Amino acid sequence: MTELLRADALSRTFKLPRASLRSERSVRRALIDMNLSVNEGDRLGIVGESGSGKTTLARLLLGLDVPTSGAVSFLGDTLPLSDMRQFRRQIQVVFQDPRSSLNPRMSVEDIILEPLECLAVEEPHAARIDEVLASVGLSGDMRTRYPHELSGGQRQRVAIARALAPRPRLLIADEPVSALDVLVRDEILALLADLTANLGLTLILISHDLSVIARLCDDVVVMQHGVAVERGKTVDVFRAPSHPFTKTLIASVPRLPELS
Amino acid sequence: MMRGNRTLTIGVSLVSFSVLLFLFSFIWTPYDPLEINPDLSLTGPSSSHWMGTDENGRDILSNIIVGSRVTLITGVLAVVICMLVGVSIGIATAMSPKWIESPAIFGIDIVLALPTVLFAIVLAAVYGPSTFTAVFAIGIALSASVAQVTRREVNVILLADYVVAARASGSRIPRIVRKHVLPNLRASLFVQASSASAIAILAESTLSYLGLGTPPPDPSWGRMMASLQQYLIADPIFPLWPGLAIVITVLGFNLLGDGLREALDPTLRRDVE
Amino acid sequence: MTLLQVRNLTIRFGQKLVVDDVSFDLDAGQRLGIIGESGSGKTLTSLAIIGLLPDAAAVAGSVVFDGAEILNKSDGELSSLRGNRIGMVFQEPLTALNPLMRVGKQIAQPLRIHRGMRMKAALARAIELCARVGLPDPERLVRSYPHQLSGGQRQRIGLAISLACNPSLLIADEPTTALDVTVQQEVLKLINELVREEGSALMFVSHDLPVVSSMTERVAVMRSGTMVELATVGELFSGARHEYSQKLVQAARRSDDDFVRVSRGGRA
Repeated sequence: MTELLRADALSRTFKLPRASLRSERSVRRALIDMNLSVNEGDRLGIVGESGSGKTTLARLLLGLDVPTSGAVSFLGDTLPLSDMRQFRRQIQVVFQDPRSSLNPRMSVEDIILEPLECLAVEEPHAARIDEVLASVGLSGDMRTRYPHELSGGQRQRVAIARALAPRPRLLIADEPVSALDVLVRDEILALLADLTANLGLTLILISHDLSVIARLCDDVVVMQHGVAVERGKTVDVFRAPSHPFTKTLIASVPRLPELS
Repeated sequence: MMRGNRTLTIGVSLVSFSVLLFLFSFIWTPYDPLEINPDLSLTGPSSSHWMGTDENGRDILSNIIVGSRVTLITGVLAVVICMLVGVSIGIATAMSPKWIESPAIFGIDIVLALPTVLFAIVLAAVYGPSTFTAVFAIGIALSASVAQVTRREVNVILLADYVVAARASGSRIPRIVRKHVLPNLRASLFVQASSASAIAILAESTLSYLGLGTPPPDPSWGRMMASLQQYLIADPIFPLWPGLAIVITVLGFNLLGDGLREALDPTLRRDVE
Repeated sequence: MTLLQVRNLTIRFGQKLVVDDVSFDLDAGQRLGIIGESGSGKTLTSLAIIGLLPDAAAVAGSVVFDGAEILNKSDGELSSLRGNRIGMVFQEPLTALNPLMRVGKQIAQPLRIHRGMRMKAALARAIELCARVGLPDPERLVRSYPHQLSGGQRQRIGLAISLACNPSLLIADEPTTALDVTVQQEVLKLINELVREEGSALMFVSHDLPVVSSMTERVAVMRSGTMVELATVGELFSGARHEYSQKLVQAARRSDDDFVRVSRGGRA
């Protein structure tokens, strides 16, 4: 089993602006001593609420932020690598809100072209754009559309297409369906499940929604206030949670009335 | 979307009027604006001289038409300078690390605190009045406010997920500025340019009025106001013409800026569900 | 007795029809859920009832509250109802509260306006209300500003404000959507208790079917401005009539199944 991504004692502290000239600058400890190991083929879920540190973790794993202490390694090499392009070709991301993750001034074609150009992907770009649009269920004539002309579900598909364009090995999805309408969520989750299976993608899925994690993730890490409070196989953690926070989370899932 | 945006329509009309005067000035004027006719001094509006003549017998209408050149050229050049300088500083500051950004903001604030016209007066006093000094002074003074507004807008843009996505796609800073920051700044830049034009033109008129702008003999509305106001008692209509010309132009650019902001500002277009 | 009677409510923005012929009743003490996705018109419907639609909206139909027609009434006439006999809780507590006013004062406002209470008495009542909505240390908390409180706390303040004058109808529009899941449960429980104690009617607007079905007895399903179904929760889940409602139920069932399967026994 190849270990793709690894976090060792990863911490990130933010200095907050001073309240006044004389007071001390307080700090916000967004991530505290996080250890993580993601092997090829894993489907890992990261569960947490706002302020849990999950987004900070995602940014650090993507090399988009620098840790205060600790390190992120990719295939054994510590970030930042001398050639980040190679890294970015292999690790991609899908964000939560498709309204803000797509540049409103760029067409779908330009949006998907960006990683292909910046990462100097060697295959013909035009063909790859068509290919990746098809794989997310969008037709080729979507290329000339702009984000405001698309529905929420379509935008998220474009975001996924952009992430898949450079043929990454690992996909980090940060709350990929939280901003979508209920009926659309199901479609996108199904799409993610299919793509992960068909493309052999390793998946790190961040979500506060336990049913999403249950559907797509074999392993789970539960985070609270920047700390991983529990981890294990999804089945084990959901069935028999040990940490009080995990128990509260599981108890808070809105359930359907007990009817036929 | 543009339906019923009266501000924009009026703004465009007024600015067009001044631009037409400008273009017209190269084609034909009723008289040579510089031609002196001492015996025709200070005649009121007549069929031969629609706006009358000044103290040297020069046709006022012709001077108004040609005076538009100084006004618009100074205005446009000053705005070009202030936009180029201001936007560059704004973007650079917003994308710099904190230790550069803080002193830069401080510097911008200092320049911002200087009244535009005062700054221009000082420069003119040191380097002598000329179109160039006026353009330079106004341009630099206005660039501070452009830099400030731009900096704030860029900071907002940089928070958007699509910028983070661009970084995750391997985009480097020059490309991010080119493809993500500038296109999303476009609307704001149009608005700022319009407003800056209004201020620039007013500033140029003030400088000319004080004798610190374009020196004679090139006609200039501001200078005409200064020289003709002495003859208010003779006939109040004399300084009215250059004054009106200035008001129409400045108001036009102001309304243009407001109208553009209304038309282009996405936050004003609320989507109610 | 019928507290609220909405008939043929239609809302237009220029040429665009955003709410089309919506009708429903709500009796005193009853609870109705309005469920729909974005663009369904559910929020517009709730805003129309208390006359808080933007000026650009053209509203037609009838809204009878407690025997009196209130649709298209003037702001002055409606303001005596708002915060008084009809309370409203919004989705985003941060923007629904005045950032520059201490929260105690904000709770006191409806009491002063509608009950003519003096500031001191109103503030005392505000402290009681804070305790009632489960906020700790109410004497100190009423002096806080909204930004000093957490999302859940702000939403409780929002509830306190809306319930200050014991309204007979509480309209809650996505009150827990912006909150963390753990906080959501607490706030929903709180709404439940308060509404029950007051005997108020509840109109609960949301996109979240499991949440709506746990809070109300009847549900109105809206889609693209039309009310496609009006049924009890039981009827909706055992056999929804409209295709769209069926899809919503299926999607909710799917998520529920995913969760249950993993938390009860691992993959089949």
